[in-house]
Amino acid sequence: MTEASVSVWQLRWRRLARDRVALGALSVLVLLYGLCFSAAWIEVWLDVTGVDTDLMSRFDPIDARHWLGSDEAGRDEFTRILRGGQISLSIGLFAAIGSSFVGTVIGATAGYFRGRVDMVLMRFTDFMLAMPALPVLIILAAIDLTKLGFSQDFVRSGAAGYWRIVLIVTLLGWTTVARLVRAATLSLVEREFVLAARAQGASSLRILWVHVLPNAVTPIIVATTLRMGSVILTESALSFLGVGIQPPSTSWGSMLTNAQELMASNPLLAVYPGAAILMAVIAINFVGDGLQSAFDPRADPH
Amino acid sequence: MSGTWHANSWLSGAGRVASLRGGRGTASCTDDQRPLRVATALTEPLLLGRALTVELGPAHDRTSVITGLDFSLAAGRTLGVVGESGCGKSMTALAIMGLAPSPHRIGGVLRFAGQDLLTMPQDRRRQLRGADMAMIFQEPMTALNPVVPVGVQIAEMLIVHDNASETAAWRGAVALLDRGGIADPARRARAYPDELSGGMRQRVMIAMAIACKPRLLIADEPTTALDVSVQAQILDLLLELQRDTGMAMVFISHNLGVVSAVADDIMVMYAGRALETGPAQRVLTAPAHPYTAGLIATLPDIGRRQKILPVIEGSPVNPRNRPPGCAFAPRCPRVIAECRTGLPAMVMVSPGQEAACIRCAA
Repeated sequence: MTEASVSVWQLRWRRLARDRVALGALSVLVLLYGLCFSAAWIEVWLDVTGVDTDLMSRFDPIDARHWLGSDEAGRDEFTRILRGGQISLSIGLFAAIGSSFVGTVIGATAGYFRGRVDMVLMRFTDFMLAMPALPVLIILAAIDLTKLGFSQDFVRSGAAGYWRIVLIVTLLGWTTVARLVRAATLSLVEREFVLAARAQGASSLRILWVHVLPNAVTPIIVATTLRMGSVILTESALSFLGVGIQPPSTSWGSMLTNAQELMASNPLLAVYPGAAILMAVIAINFVGDGLQSAFDPRADPH
Repeated sequence: MSGTWHANSWLSGAGRVASLRGGRGTASCTDDQRPLRVATALTEPLLLGRALTVELGPAHDRTSVITGLDFSLAAGRTLGVVGESGCGKSMTALAIMGLAPSPHRIGGVLRFAGQDLLTMPQDRRRQLRGADMAMIFQEPMTALNPVVPVGVQIAEMLIVHDNASETAAWRGAVALLDRGGIADPARRARAYPDELSGGMRQRVMIAMAIACKPRLLIADEPTTALDVSVQAQILDLLLELQRDTGMAMVFISHNLGVVSAVADDIMVMYAGRALETGPAQRVLTAPAHPYTAGLIATLPDIGRRQKILPVIEGSPVNPRNRPPGCAFAPRCPRVIAECRTGLPAMVMVSPGQEAACIRCAA
């Protein structure tokens, strides 16, 4: 035990593994992902469908087959939630991690190199921030992908719409992270341990990777976990405007939007996707907390 | 002469590359350079500064913080640099390390192991840092990365400079902690800096600094932030390491008592200039410059209660508006009219001892 070499990642993993709340939240997330991505099998098992409409069985009550009843078009609500989760959870994950990644690279570069690099990158960030999001989203969503050299089949498939949303949300979402990481980097490079690292011959890349970013992990993780919740909601706004995920595919956000009209007659149809979003966002936040204290030994473990 | 230096620098450069690529997985990164060290030692001192000047700030607004500094340091010797806060001690250290804050302009001569540091490519300079010249900082609380276990921070050095494998580097780190006098090193290596005491953190810094057996160790007030009893232990450790490895040390302190315990030679600095240099024994027992004498007089005597502690009246000059003539003149008890007009040159006052004072020249 004492003879084995210890890497900082092992230690971080061990700290995370000791954090019960984070582990619990992580298992909830894994379970949620697992359930959502086995929706097709669950449909076969329960002999229901979350995709095809059946106007003879609209608003069916809860029973052994329809665990959460059926919606206004006669689709099974439970498996439809699962199918919506496939889109929402993965868009949330990819787009939040994507925008954190872009934001971290840009923010750390600006904060570390300062001067002109900082000026150019931060004015670009301001430019992105100042752009009104919704019109830009609509324009970006209207781009004809075939003109960019993608095949007709790809453009017509659901995957194109999916990746288009991931890309758009990433491109517009990195600015907060970039500003947070830049601020953290600016103050960290003034710290003596960065000077000490330079005195030990560390390269710029190494200083950023080993000394600056692990110390800036708190704002990055907070921004990422907050972002995941808002990405799920942005996607629903896009879907509502008709430029996001289109039927028969669905997402939690678009289910929520659909349920708006039915609030008076069938409020439960809004509660289910809402509860799913809430559960996912809370779990993600707890995992984020755990990651934060795994990285920072001074943070209190739960 | 300069031809020989070039040959040496090329050879030792090649030796470094060989040892980097060799990757024998041990902590002995500079063993294969030992014969060369002897060769360079014969031709010139390990560290040589001539008329070294450091100016900080952009081109249109430069402030000179170090002016005309001459020093030399041979392997195995210690140069003590003494002076009040802001006299340029730390800036001298940073200039030697190549870490002076940008933008800056450095003039004069600065050579290390036969190589010209000032014209050396940045990349080569970076490879020297940590491997051939290392530095210890004043504040062990802030000079260690708080989110990385100390063992990993030491192992980093061996991975970066020696190309050691992770396992070998970890073993090396534990051995270095042991060498730094830390009990139960295998367990302490996993500790984060805030789980260690100040003295232990400074031992970690020292272990990190000597990881690659540097030829030059710059210690910038290494004991200032520590308890007196711990101070003595750290000084002992440094002296012991120096005896074992034959490294040269630049020891920076405002505390003459501490410097007298470790230094072979002393350089007294004031307002970016050296006021007095010489063998430690001479400078401490027979100071030639009034400033040195004043510093020595301010040392309190243990066991003798003093009503008024002696001080040097006034405060150090602002480097932005240095008076013409001797910078110390406004505070000097032995000042004469000439002090305020002409800049005093260094004159020899005894073998090896020089002072920049008109009164000494007269």
